[in-house]
Amino acid sequence: MTDTPMLELRGVSKSFGAVQALYEVDFHVSAGEVMALVGDNGAGKSTLIKCIAGIYSIDSGEILFEGQPVSIHGPKDAARLGIEIVYQDLALADNLDVVQNMFLGREEVTRPLRSLDELTMEKRANNTLEQLSVTTISSVRQVVAGLSGGQRQSVAVAKAVMWNSKVVILDEPTAALGVAQTRQVLDLVKRLGQQGLAVVLISHNLHDIFEVADSITVLRLGQNVAEYKRTEVTQTQVVEAITAGKLSKIPGVQDEVIA
Amino acid sequence: MSTTAPPVEGGPGAPSVASGGGESLSDYARRWWAGVKAGELGSLPIIVGLIIVAIVFQSQNDNFLTAGNFVNLIVQAAAITTIGMGIVFVLLLGEIDLSVGFVSGVAGVVTALLTLPDNSHVFAAGPTLVIVLLVGLGIGTFHGLLITKIGIPSFVVTLAGLLGWNGVVLLLIGDRGTVIIQNDFFVGFANDFLPKSTSWILAIVGIALYAGMLFWQRIQRARHGLPSAPDALLLLRVAVLAIAVLAVVYVCNQDRGVPYVMLVLSGLFIFWTYVLNRTRFGRHIYAVGGSAEAARRAGISVDNIKIACFAICSMMAAIGGIILASRLRSVDTNSGGGSILLYSIAAPVIGGTSLFGGRGTIKSAVLGALVIASIDNGLGLLGLSAGTKFVITAGVLLLAVTVDSIARKGRASSGRA
Repeated sequence: MTDTPMLELRGVSKSFGAVQALYEVDFHVSAGEVMALVGDNGAGKSTLIKCIAGIYSIDSGEILFEGQPVSIHGPKDAARLGIEIVYQDLALADNLDVVQNMFLGREEVTRPLRSLDELTMEKRANNTLEQLSVTTISSVRQVVAGLSGGQRQSVAVAKAVMWNSKVVILDEPTAALGVAQTRQVLDLVKRLGQQGLAVVLISHNLHDIFEVADSITVLRLGQNVAEYKRTEVTQTQVVEAITAGKLSKIPGVQDEVIA
Repeated sequence: MSTTAPPVEGGPGAPSVASGGGESLSDYARRWWAGVKAGELGSLPIIVGLIIVAIVFQSQNDNFLTAGNFVNLIVQAAAITTIGMGIVFVLLLGEIDLSVGFVSGVAGVVTALLTLPDNSHVFAAGPTLVIVLLVGLGIGTFHGLLITKIGIPSFVVTLAGLLGWNGVVLLLIGDRGTVIIQNDFFVGFANDFLPKSTSWILAIVGIALYAGMLFWQRIQRARHGLPSAPDALLLLRVAVLAIAVLAVVYVCNQDRGVPYVMLVLSGLFIFWTYVLNRTRFGRHIYAVGGSAEAARRAGISVDNIKIACFAICSMMAAIGGIILASRLRSVDTNSGGGSILLYSIAAPVIGGTSLFGGRGTIKSAVLGALVIASIDNGLGLLGLSAGTKFVITAGVLLLAVTVDSIARKGRASSGRA
């Protein structure tokens, strides 16, 4: 792990009208590190990654990428920096096949007619799946609708890492999966870290997190309440932070929290 | 290549092979049949339908399967085929365009008026064609902007279009009643025939290009170590196309020859099929239709894709309008009305394009239009009234959508949704 984090957020705030979704959140992840982002429902995890993805613009604070301040105004900006997000609902088009989904929006074209270069795309898709040791997908030309949850997740992850990305953010990658498929995906997450990527893992499942994460950041009601090294913390401590972590600012609109 | 092995009884029960390179034609056929049973019907229902239609009408009237009637059929189907090709684009998005009928009417009337000799300024065929296509593009872009930027459902926008463009047709015609088309090019558009030798040459060149393309792809895939369909299947595809094309040319040449409009249709078919299957734009249309959210997250401008599809749809309607006006050699207050709209939407649906978006081909519009025109033509030969025609065509449409819906359920239950 290097000294400069690959991706760093400093004092990021974001509100929707009267609702303060994020309040001066600090967050960082380094190359080769698997950083878990945890928090209860409504803690601001999804808002945070949407700010990183450029889907939401931040109200204040700054985002640093490899130590340089950057402004991200849309998914394309994030992709250009090398930030890829695997969303909870996967964002795959069911009617397209694996290759078509992996290259969606970034299709390779051949010179004269700018027609799709299916050969190159199919080969690269195969290579990427091979590198990630994804062996469960027998043909990259099958339509995504026919894949299992674990296979779909593998496709979504492969799609994210294919672009020499440096930061991969996974939103609840194991939420809808069975035991064996969860195993597949967690192994995949570990391999991503081993390959030197900065991985952000969002999950509710502490068991999964303690298995693969190096560090854990806890959000509560839009604020940072704790950051741990996995080796120096127990699940109970993390649960405490999630449910009762100390807030620096009591949100005025949510009175029941104080009580 | 192997499928996800759908749990179909009698399907390929053995573990699916991952190699694919050495797959034989019989394996392929078995897999295709398993796909059909799981709801991947493709063009199968429509081809069965066409055969039934041909048998029924031929048994009722000997004139149905004659060269002369076949040529008539092509010309009659031309307009709804063209408009239907445009409809495919909006259906792929899961949207609808109800205005295509009268947009085609506007295009026909504009064509007639611009080329009218008693005008102060008479336009030549070329500039007229460009203007009419631009009118089509403009109308579609206008619809698309209302649908995407303001967020009005396409059903409402184009329903207003249905009424509004009908009004424009009436306004343009004014008190003229009927305007005869007097430009040779536009009259010939749907009424001229290719020289018989030219048709043969074009047919053979077309088949050769298709075969060349298939085998070039085959060689390229092999060179890159990727699996491809068995050679026998490629040969079969070329053979089927060759027989179909040569048969059409042969039959037409028994009569007046291949209609010029057939060349236009072939050109449009090849061009739009290429756009949908081989360009980024086409891929993005399928993506938007399959999952707009996935497309948006992939950085595709969903709005621009939608606007472009509505623009293409209206432009194709404009071309259809020219064909229609040319066939009748005139335009009147009823141009673009009647059954044009419903037949044009029904054509791709009967051909297998899904109303729910994401699934469909240009081919579906061609095959569907052929079915509709055959029924229309056949019932006409039997001397049946317009009422009977509509009822029977409606039945066929319902049947086609029923088949689609059942196939959809089949796909869902076998995980191919």
